[in-house]
Amino acid sequence: MKNESIFVYSPDLLGYKFNDSHPFNQLRVQLSYELLKDSGFLSANEIIPPRQATDEEIMLIHDKGYVNAVKNAGSGNLSKETALNYGLGTEDTPIFTNMHEASSWIVGATLTAAEWVMEGKAKHALSLSGGLHHGFRGKASGFCIYNDSSIAIEYMKQKYKARVLYIDTDAHHGDGVQWAFYDDPDVCTLSIHETGRYLFPGTGSIHEKGAGKGYGYSFNVPVDAFTEDDSFLECYKKSIWEVADFFKPDVIITQNGADAHYYDPLTHLSVTMKTYAEIPRIAKEVAEKYCGGRWIATGGGGYDIWRVVPRAWSHLWCAMNNIEPSGRIAEEWISRWEKEAKHPLPKTWEDETGIYKPIPRKDEITSKNRATLEKSMYSIRKSS
Amino acid sequence: MIVQDMMLKNVKTVGSDTTIGTALQLMINEDIRYLPVIDTEGKLAGLVSDREMKDASPSIFHQNEHPEDFEQPVSTIMKEAVFTAHPFDIAEELSTIFYDQHVGCIPVLEDHKLVGLITEREMLYAFIQLTGTHQPGSHLEVAVKNEAGQLAKVASVLKDFHLNISSVLVYPSKDEKEKIVVFRVGTMNPLPVIEHLVKNGYEIKWPPVPGESNEE
Repeated sequence: MKNESIFVYSPDLLGYKFNDSHPFNQLRVQLSYELLKDSGFLSANEIIPPRQATDEEIMLIHDKGYVNAVKNAGSGNLSKETALNYGLGTEDTPIFTNMHEASSWIVGATLTAAEWVMEGKAKHALSLSGGLHHGFRGKASGFCIYNDSSIAIEYMKQKYKARVLYIDTDAHHGDGVQWAFYDDPDVCTLSIHETGRYLFPGTGSIHEKGAGKGYGYSFNVPVDAFTEDDSFLECYKKSIWEVADFFKPDVIITQNGADAHYYDPLTHLSVTMKTYAEIPRIAKEVAEKYCGGRWIATGGGGYDIWRVVPRAWSHLWCAMNNIEPSGRIAEEWISRWEKEAKHPLPKTWEDETGIYKPIPRKDEITSKNRATLEKSMYSIRKSS
Repeated sequence: MIVQDMMLKNVKTVGSDTTIGTALQLMINEDIRYLPVIDTEGKLAGLVSDREMKDASPSIFHQNEHPEDFEQPVSTIMKEAVFTAHPFDIAEELSTIFYDQHVGCIPVLEDHKLVGLITEREMLYAFIQLTGTHQPGSHLEVAVKNEAGQLAKVASVLKDFHLNISSVLVYPSKDEKEKIVVFRVGTMNPLPVIEHLVKNGYEIKWPPVPGESNEE
């Protein structure tokens, strides 16, 4: 029997852990998984265990020297200086035991998701541990070691001859994926993020359009700090539809970082759960219209792992399966985690109103974002 | 940064006796706006820009008149008094020449021989590198007292947090008693260091402390 959607998960994916004080915490994947189970939205036959990616698969994107460095780092055999040259052993991506193995599980999870979708065994697939979009060919960056999204895209290109549209709604620019396919006209990248004027990594301006044959296949919509739901969603909706209509992809892969939320400690946007309920529903419509439903979704950033990420990521699965969660959150879930949680856990699927003070420059921000969107879409709009 | 590390090295040039027509065609083909002119001894004789070319060319309404003008040598229209630089000059010095003298291009000479060229574009790229925006990082603005030793204090805090600094800029503040130091640091998570700086009495101009401020 064909599954409409699959949820790629096993506890092997939780081994990607830098240290106890690091903001990147894969406990959020388990929290999301349990929230879905406790709510009765996810059943055993929908859960597919991942496999580990092979070195060959990882090297579809990454340099051999880098992969070896990650292996040596994970077994304690890499000098500090060499490590730093590969972006390893920094505050952002500290070295941890078996970091290669832990990272290959995540790559394998996103590859499993891609295989199920491209082989027609499922329409949609969710790989919440993936979406590590800052990983470069030869360098770790921004909490990311191997770039599972880039690897899965290259894999789908080579194995299934697919034209892939990558859509990134993490609050940080999807630089690793953008640069990996910057000169490739068969892969189109769209990233909507907080402006790099202040925020890491600093890139993702509207002028980064691609290079050579890939010119015109990279899109960036950098929104202003303190952007709220309405303006964020306006930028997202308009750009995703216009870019999909321009590119006509065979499959879409979305990176669903949940760090644009007001509560997120690392960024400065002001969206709420409303945005996270809406994003996947539109992605699904786009996939249905252009790709026969083929849609792979990954996780990504998200550093308020109690109040934001579990609900936001559950919405991905719910959108895939036409479930509309609302009202109270499952009691079992709350009682299991409330002691450990750093913040009071949310009681409902929706955010309460008024979680932040009104933004004084709202109108200015909205109009600035509109102008940014207009410029970002210029190359498509002028030719149609 | 020194001029040698920022200049264009493979520069197209013409001889003094090259015709205006040939030189113009070269500028069009190579998509360049500046063409150094070299004399028979290999020394810089002058510089032709697209502006001299425009002055020498007929209006688009009279394009085919006086074709013989294009047969004249470029030496008749080139600028002879040209600001030049040495490979060991520094970027800051050069930027002042660009700004004060309203020029768009500075040839680089060593023993009177042309070794490179700096246009406004190379100058801007040097500033992009100085700001560090070509490397992944976060932007951190700290207000410090306008007195000796302040930068060192903040920098040493960054060191304690093992943060690699990609660039430092110091801006004057509206308040004369302080200065704004802008760091670009190679991390996605500047929160721990911000918390420490705030605790030690520094005012962080950016980013806002999470959950506290909505205003820039």
